[in-house]
Amino acid sequence: MADFRLPPNSRINRNGRVHKAPPGARNVRTFRVYRFDPDSGEGPRIDSYELDPKSCGPMVLDALIQIKSAVDATLTFRRSCREGICGSCAMNINGVNRLACTTAMADLGNEIKIYPLPHMPVVKDLVPDLTNFYAQYASVRPWLQTRTPAPPDRERLQSKEDQEKIDRPAACILCACCSTACPSYWWNSDRFLGPAALLAAYRWIIDSRDEATGERLDQLEDPFRLYRCHTIMNCTDVCPKDLNPARAIAEIKKKMVERQH
Amino acid sequence: MSLQSPLGRVLGYGAAKEGVHHWWVQRVTAIALIPLTIWFVVSLLALPSFEYATVARWVATGWTPLLLVLLIAVMTWHSKLGVQVVIEDYVHSGAKTLSLILSTFAHTLVAAAAIFVVLRFAFGGAA
Repeated sequence: MADFRLPPNSRINRNGRVHKAPPGARNVRTFRVYRFDPDSGEGPRIDSYELDPKSCGPMVLDALIQIKSAVDATLTFRRSCREGICGSCAMNINGVNRLACTTAMADLGNEIKIYPLPHMPVVKDLVPDLTNFYAQYASVRPWLQTRTPAPPDRERLQSKEDQEKIDRPAACILCACCSTACPSYWWNSDRFLGPAALLAAYRWIIDSRDEATGERLDQLEDPFRLYRCHTIMNCTDVCPKDLNPARAIAEIKKKMVERQH
Repeated sequence: MSLQSPLGRVLGYGAAKEGVHHWWVQRVTAIALIPLTIWFVVSLLALPSFEYATVARWVATGWTPLLLVLLIAVMTWHSKLGVQVVIEDYVHSGAKTLSLILSTFAHTLVAAAAIFVVLRFAFGGAA
């Protein structure tokens, strides 16, 4: 019933390889990075990389790219836009889920600990398996559903106020920082949809052009899909886009009650 | 190993169409517990002493048994709903169903026994 020991793949060897900074490097910062290679047959370990921050740009992602190109080409991580809009480089930096590209090294200490997003299967190093996360997003049908045919000559109209309601929730970049910071998601990610998918559901529930609000609420009315959220609010704390999934989930719960009374 | 698609796994058996009632009653019982608990604590502190005879007389007097029965019923109901959440959060597989059943039994037993005792005092069965 209960496991009192971590599975082998979660037991970390904290004394991995050490890559010293070249002599003469100044203001050296140490990056303690989680490494895991499923093909090696070994468990995960923490490697240390000493880096002169002047050798690269100011962000954590700049340092990771510098390490990969100059020190250790085997280090694996996702990155793309390097400006906080693609959500690829979400990782756990000094204990907090955030985007490596928008986290400045200057805001962190001299030792920077980098792990993959918590409680997700690891594909390699800092790359988590987000298959389930994306399937949960797809399960809320994140697209416009209507019965009224679209006007033949123009767009479906929406008032300015109604557009403003979806401005913020629609700004989600699906980086998974929120869901993987949520204890409820850690324990029940097989059935709890998690803050990101629920924020997406909310974005369509309050869209004035959408005509499937009832069906959307029906699909969420479940002890696990929605009600595993206990308003812990880690999601809102960590969101790199300053969105508020906790509030969106609370609003969904309010609508559930409203349609009963 | 299963070759079921990730989306198929997430959709599973579909939504249970349940949970609103649980969520709502948990909040309503919480609201009801505010005045009931304040009344309970204030009344106890107002007693001249905690000796058996004094407390027994208080339990049997005026509105006290009614309010005590309400307090016990609402509190155990609220607790049952709360413990259910904890079990659903942390207990997985077959142990979950068993834990839920045992929790329901335990809460019902506590509520019934406590109410029974209050009524005994109220109707003079125990003095």
